[in-house]
Amino acid sequence: MGDKILIGLEIHAELLTNTKIFCGCKNEFGADVNTNCCPVCLGLPGSLPVLNERVLDFAITAGLSFNCKIARNTKMDRKNYFYPDLTKAYQISQYDIPLCYDGYIEVEAEDGSAKKIGIERIHIEEDTGKSLHDATGDTLLDYNRGGVPLIEIVSRPDMNSPKEAYQFLEKLKEVLLFTNISDVKMEQGSLRCDVNVNVIKEDGRKSNIVELKNLNSFKAALKAMEYEVIRHNELLAKGENTVRETRRWDDSQNKTISMRSKESVQDYRYFPEPDVVDINLTEEYVNDIKNKLPELPDDKRKRFMKEYSLPEYDAKVLTTSKEISNYFEEMISKFSDAKMISNWIMTELLRRVNDEGITLDDVKFDKDAFVYLLKVISEGKINNNAGKKVFREMFETGKKPENIIKEKGLIQIQDEGAIKEIVVGILNDNLQSVEDYKNGKDRALGFLVGQVMKASKGKANPQMVNKLIIDIMKNM
Amino acid sequence: MKLYEMTLKEASEKIKKQEITALELTQSILDRIKEVEPKVDSYITITEEEALNRAKEIDEKIKAGEEVSVLAGIPMAVKDNICTDGVKTTCASKMLENFVPPYDATVVKKLNAAGAIMVGKTNMDEFAMGSSTENSYLKKTKNPWDLNKVPGGSSGGSAAAVAAGQAFYALGSDTGGSVKQPAALTGLVGLRPTYGRISRYGLIAFGSSLDQVGIFTKDVTDCAIVLRELAGKDKMDGTSAEVEVADYEKHLDKDMSNIKIGIPKEYFVEGIDADVKKAVLDGVEKLKELGATVKEVSLPHTDSAIATYYVLAPSEASSNLARFDGIRYGYRAEGYDSLEGLYTKTRTEGFGDEVKRRIMIGTYALSAGYYDAYYKKALKVRTLIKKDFVDAFEDVDVIIAPTAPNVAFNIGEKTSDPMAMYMEDACTIPSCLAGVPGMSIPCGFKDGLPIGMQIIGNYFDEATMLKVAHAFESVTEFKDQRAKL
Repeated sequence: MGDKILIGLEIHAELLTNTKIFCGCKNEFGADVNTNCCPVCLGLPGSLPVLNERVLDFAITAGLSFNCKIARNTKMDRKNYFYPDLTKAYQISQYDIPLCYDGYIEVEAEDGSAKKIGIERIHIEEDTGKSLHDATGDTLLDYNRGGVPLIEIVSRPDMNSPKEAYQFLEKLKEVLLFTNISDVKMEQGSLRCDVNVNVIKEDGRKSNIVELKNLNSFKAALKAMEYEVIRHNELLAKGENTVRETRRWDDSQNKTISMRSKESVQDYRYFPEPDVVDINLTEEYVNDIKNKLPELPDDKRKRFMKEYSLPEYDAKVLTTSKEISNYFEEMISKFSDAKMISNWIMTELLRRVNDEGITLDDVKFDKDAFVYLLKVISEGKINNNAGKKVFREMFETGKKPENIIKEKGLIQIQDEGAIKEIVVGILNDNLQSVEDYKNGKDRALGFLVGQVMKASKGKANPQMVNKLIIDIMKNM
Repeated sequence: MKLYEMTLKEASEKIKKQEITALELTQSILDRIKEVEPKVDSYITITEEEALNRAKEIDEKIKAGEEVSVLAGIPMAVKDNICTDGVKTTCASKMLENFVPPYDATVVKKLNAAGAIMVGKTNMDEFAMGSSTENSYLKKTKNPWDLNKVPGGSSGGSAAAVAAGQAFYALGSDTGGSVKQPAALTGLVGLRPTYGRISRYGLIAFGSSLDQVGIFTKDVTDCAIVLRELAGKDKMDGTSAEVEVADYEKHLDKDMSNIKIGIPKEYFVEGIDADVKKAVLDGVEKLKELGATVKEVSLPHTDSAIATYYVLAPSEASSNLARFDGIRYGYRAEGYDSLEGLYTKTRTEGFGDEVKRRIMIGTYALSAGYYDAYYKKALKVRTLIKKDFVDAFEDVDVIIAPTAPNVAFNIGEKTSDPMAMYMEDACTIPSCLAGVPGMSIPCGFKDGLPIGMQIIGNYFDEATMLKVAHAFESVTEFKDQRAKL
């Protein structure tokens, strides 16, 4: 047994419901400040929250996707604390009976084996407003985000390396995207992640748990965790220990910086929310959501490997998002060579899409055009290199492949008579090579083929060229 | 008879027959307010201009032959913890002294839609905490029967307004007896419906799991009329119930032959004034004469109700009142140097003593280490109290008890003794904890002051409760007595 790293994650994800959790206000990012507000989400005196049932659907979908059990009888609770962005001075959340509990996400452990990272709970709650600090030092408040539905996902401290934690986040993100629960944009705050890290040395000495906050990307989270593990180890090696505190990652300095020491635990005075009726779910309700679950990335990956005989690498790339996997499956419904589609998606399509920073929806040509291109290549009507040229132009202009091929004259010469004419001419001009071939020098064939291709400006069908040369030489 | 002396129903009939106009009726109420308000102090805000304009609108509708609600053109008053769009809603607190809500409470919306005419917002104990309306930051309301006495609380302003002829009916709110007790002390019919029967949307919360909008009227028929207008599921209040609303007025008759009345022995013990006890039991005799059967029932956890209430209600209040922090609306203290300072100073200056007392009790009861001993235990006792009522209603249709332990007391008499004040609601609190409906009707007098009889009904069975109240009322003359001012 060596040193052990313990990492636990707490993730807040904003749900993509149309309206807020307790009122009919729009749930949208980027609206003018304080425009998506009503007495309910502003917590005005007398207003009352009414739970948006879609929030339950979304949260249960998340729970089931992460292999959680779903509480049939639960409730909302109040978490009391004072803060200006909290309109009621309490957050409606869930305390002792989370909606979803006891789940897991499977990741690949350091040794390559499959490992289940426990999910302790997923509960629903409302988001708070946002404090904005202006140049003069005044604090201004935007309550558009107040009442946006959230799920809080709490993992067990089962991750034993930053890489495992990174994978956990990646998998979590994939599933939230696949199920359309959240748009998981960390830079917009729709996914927020806090990390708890500590290290246990072989001799049993432990560093104190440090909380990392304000991580604005998965990469930042990974770097912050790696930094912390080293820091913990160094301190322990010196016979010192970490301070139980909250730290933030500073991207510019590439290090974590202390934000605040863990003060005495805040007493939130949780108690059951009397304004929201208890949540009692029927089997039917939960089963209905279960039946509507989309195929999740892991299952899809396995199916792609089995059904289309794709290598694992391809299956992984094709299932990184719902858009990509849908794209692939639509292509395969029109054209049966899975590996060829996979190659073209991975090497040409995704590369160009990523380079341009666009989404698959923005691609200028439609799938029928793409299929047409792959078909003419596979039928040998144009060769692979010509195909790439056509693809580039399709991508840039959206022109139809058949037009591009025609314009550029890329179609292969399939006419046996025409090729024969060229072949005869080349053979007559290179009698020495014909002789060499007949004397057993196979290389001469390659030379002759090359000459014919050159003469046809690369358009002759190479298989046909080969066959004709051999046939004609026999009679010479 | 002066116009303001009529009941809602009488006034409504005269309006519909066009014997009087809504404008005349409204003017008579406004004149009466001008006449007696300096003595009674029922109102915090009087909306004279709006009321007169609305009355004119109603008159036009009636003249045009439009079908109007029974409430159309009838002046009424609303307790100042019920939100009114564009009209100050203060909760009788410095904290909300200038708060103007941008929306109407559902009950107000319903009344407006029915053509009701609001003449003003009534005085109350600050944030509905109190049993005498002496905790108002703004003024002290007097009992119209004796200006040296309290009108009860916390809806004392609404009670006094109706008792003094300053409104035909009024809305109050009831958390632990704040409608029933002042109704008893001012000789009115006061009804608190089943929890969930009337929407709480727009009622500024005190104890959310207990709060209900209640009704003050001069008689039972008026009460049945107003309840029908207000009751029903509201999509803005998740705790409001999807239970059919009866036409309560149609259920009112004198036939008591199928009615079983329960007399809870725990409500006729020491601490209840002998004359009050006698008046209530005499009332039960009257109902017996009408054919009702009477039996003794037991509500064994009654003596734990006050303790339970004074853990649960303040706990919820401590959370409900946390939003008054000086950040977005209401009072904000001056001269703070930090965020914490802003909160502390604002709340120290903005809240009165009773409110602070309850916030502290509630904060304590909910805090880590005490939650199990207080809040959680109180929840358990509440379940037992609820079960008492469920069990009792297996055998009886209504339960009858005194509303308040005594008649109205002197202003200032109990203000320095919170426990004595808390005992005022000893008879009303248990049914509030259980969530069953209850009402008070006048059943006698002591030294010229009204005595209230409490009728408690089964869940969502306001109809039977009103029927019993109506039967009693129709064979007695207490409802016809008016305070002389």
